[in-house]
Amino acid sequence: MQELTAGFPATQATSSFTEYLQRSRPELLPGSQSLPAGQLPQAPHATTIVALAYPGGVLMAGDRRATMGNVIASRHIEKVFPADSYSVLGIAGTAGLAIDITKLFQVELEHYEKIEGTLLSLDGKANRLGAMIRSNLPMAMQGMAVVPLFAGFDQVAQLGRLFSYDVTGGRYEEQEHHSVGSGSVFARGALKKLWRPNLSESEAVAVAVEALYDAADDDSATGGPDPVRQLWPVVYTVNRAGARRVPERELAEIAGRIASSRTIEGREA
Amino acid sequence: MTQQFYVSPEQLMKDRADFARKGIARGRSVVVISCADGIALVAENPSPSLHKLGEIYDKIAFAAVGKYNEFESLRQAGVRYADVRGYSYDREDVTARGLASVYAQSLGAVFTAEQKPFEVELAVAEVGRDQASDHLYRLTFDGSIADVNGFVAMGGLAEQVSAVLEAGWSPELSLAGALRLAVRALAADKDAEALPGTAVEAAVLDRGSESSRGSRRSFRRLSADEIVRLLEGEA
Repeated sequence: MQELTAGFPATQATSSFTEYLQRSRPELLPGSQSLPAGQLPQAPHATTIVALAYPGGVLMAGDRRATMGNVIASRHIEKVFPADSYSVLGIAGTAGLAIDITKLFQVELEHYEKIEGTLLSLDGKANRLGAMIRSNLPMAMQGMAVVPLFAGFDQVAQLGRLFSYDVTGGRYEEQEHHSVGSGSVFARGALKKLWRPNLSESEAVAVAVEALYDAADDDSATGGPDPVRQLWPVVYTVNRAGARRVPERELAEIAGRIASSRTIEGREA
Repeated sequence: MTQQFYVSPEQLMKDRADFARKGIARGRSVVVISCADGIALVAENPSPSLHKLGEIYDKIAFAAVGKYNEFESLRQAGVRYADVRGYSYDREDVTARGLASVYAQSLGAVFTAEQKPFEVELAVAEVGRDQASDHLYRLTFDGSIADVNGFVAMGGLAEQVSAVLEAGWSPELSLAGALRLAVRALAADKDAEALPGTAVEAAVLDRGSESSRGSRRSFRRLSADEIVRLLEGEA
């Protein structure tokens, strides 16, 4: 079996799954093929992600809409994923590539953990993700950019940390809160007013959902809470105990509260 | 001009097999036991960091005896095989049967073609929803593969260890029960009744990892404290 024996000699040993694929199965890597010249047909795009830190952890939330030009491509897409037990990532940009990069990143972290018998440090994980985004640069230049947001609990420093990226793979640590995607400007504005130090975890979840609500209000590519289809944002919290997906029931309640308080206020803009 | 002596293929294979067997017999034993809570893997191993048991994939674990460098490279190759397969197809398409047959081919090829055979013996375990769907494979240095039921013992005194397991094993064993049986079996060649908890390395493939821990990865290494606690607890 070629695949198996290919990994044997000590000189070839690597703890990185991506490196191993590059050597033995490069065709499996996302964005590995060179594209012919021409117009790219429309493809689904994933939109707004927000992340914010609170004492004891960090959380990330994403709306459920993917768009293709002026058409809604999906109302159910999920754009926030657990990367491993202590970190999460959210993606904006070309959905097909972004989901593949996410999958590769998840395997990369698990692979390292299994081979080395220990978790990668949070900075190590953030750097690996940066390298993956950089390797997607040729695709980004063809109009298929992927921009992630990464958040995790640093087990050495015992606090939640946030990282943003640009299309060239540049990695920037963010303080307090950050957002990416088409509705990010509006979400950022909301976060600036809603975020404060010493938020509790449940308050932080409500702040994230409200920021997405504001983004959906002004950005047509961001989906708001949908009580008809019972669709709520995807929210993950990461704290000392690890990553946890906030249950739909809680989110439905928070979204309901936001909608009713705004109805009572009766404001227009 | 030097001329090679003629050695009959039978003799050649026998010499290689004897060589590998001797290497394996020097090592300490490992047992893998299917029980009600999952699959328990227990190795006599005083080192807390050089593992004989390892996670391969969501439901699959690996146990080995013999030369560390050889089985470690096989373990890593197994992790790569499983991760590539799961990445290119789907997570549920990674099976112990597939992995075991790749191991068998690889061990067989090394046994016949290389300078020296691998001095290792492996077990590949896959935990299922219920005990009937558990899979245990035992692989030897020459690439032979056996599908076994209930438990596997490998290493120096595999037969004596197996005899203790045979007498004590039942499908209803709990994890603690399986651990207690394992430390008794591993002490088969010693004066002691059972090995102390500090002298063993143990891991488990949890049958209900999705419900109990919310994780599809069922492999869990037991800490020294946990091993001692499980061994001391009442049955």
